[in-house]
Amino acid sequence: MPNTKQIVIVGCGRLGGTLANRLSSQGHRLIVIDRKESAFDKLSYDFSGFKIIGDAVELHVLEQAQIKNADCLFATTTQDNANLMIAQVAKTIFNVPRVVARVFDPMRESIYREFGIETISPTKLSAEAFLKMLEDQAHVNENHHHRRR
Amino acid sequence: MRIIIIGGDKTVYFLARQFVRRKYHVTVINRDPVRSREIAEQTKATVVLGEGSDVDRLEEAGARQADALLALTSHDQDNLIACQLAQRLFGVPRTIAMVNDPDNEPIFQRLGINVAFSATRIIGSIIDQETDFEDITALMPLARGRINVTDVRLDNLSPAVGKTLQELDLAENSLVAAIIRNEEVIVPRGATRLQEDDHLVLITQPENQKQDLEVLCG
Repeated sequence: MPNTKQIVIVGCGRLGGTLANRLSSQGHRLIVIDRKESAFDKLSYDFSGFKIIGDAVELHVLEQAQIKNADCLFATTTQDNANLMIAQVAKTIFNVPRVVARVFDPMRESIYREFGIETISPTKLSAEAFLKMLEDQAHVNENHHHRRR
Repeated sequence: MRIIIIGGDKTVYFLARQFVRRKYHVTVINRDPVRSREIAEQTKATVVLGEGSDVDRLEEAGARQADALLALTSHDQDNLIACQLAQRLFGVPRTIAMVNDPDNEPIFQRLGINVAFSATRIIGSIIDQETDFEDITALMPLARGRINVTDVRLDNLSPAVGKTLQELDLAENSLVAAIIRNEEVIVPRGATRLQEDDHLVLITQPENQKQDLEVLCG
């Protein structure tokens, strides 16, 4: 596969695990890091990447994951601050070309986005999705109303 | 001087007490309700209960007017984010973070924290110095530990006794600043020959100290 990327995923929860399974099945080289070995139970039986047990806030754990050679890092632990720190270390210290951090707190998310860290806020995404559904519903009702008039 | 202290165990209480004595205005952000009450009751510090990396708590703690922020939690990530928010969002001019993993010390500095210190590294180097060499007394660390001033006594086993200073293979950036011989201070030159019982005032960088002490003490 010509477009094979080396991808590091930090945190093997529901999000990290799903990403790891999908990307691995697409043929990318995956390295997944989690503090708990049991987290790797979420990886599918045909997951072909590496698993590392450790806290990625510690430098040597990222080094063990060959962060220097990574094309991409996703920080998906449940802690915003850990994700923001790991993303900055990957980007600033190891020059990883593509780095994305999950951040639950919408305020911290927008601040760090301004600082140049790519972030995804599940809170904001869900809120926007809910609002969009509400708007669509309003449009439907409005159209319905117009037609009846 | 207005200081915000985040996290920390018993140290916060003593720090807060010490800073208040110096007439500093101290605000503590702590997520432990018991610790927070203790500090509020026993010191004159203002206490905010919560997370130090929470933007609202920083605001509440007066980050906009603060001169310095000290982050002492046991999680490096929380210390980093608290310092960065204080600095970039509230313009706190001086941020100081404790790092728990000593490897993070240089990283924090590259990520913009003014001072990052590792208690592990400091304790480790004290132990190293104490156990390795009885004849060596660390006088003081300068420039945030980048320079060490050490008193080294040469005993009869020292490989440096009988040699001149220029014959010694000391690190390039190291300096023997003074020699104390029989209570007399000698300003050393390259040709000064070392004797048993000389006390050398040695100025080194931490990374060269081991090599220099081996040259002097064996």
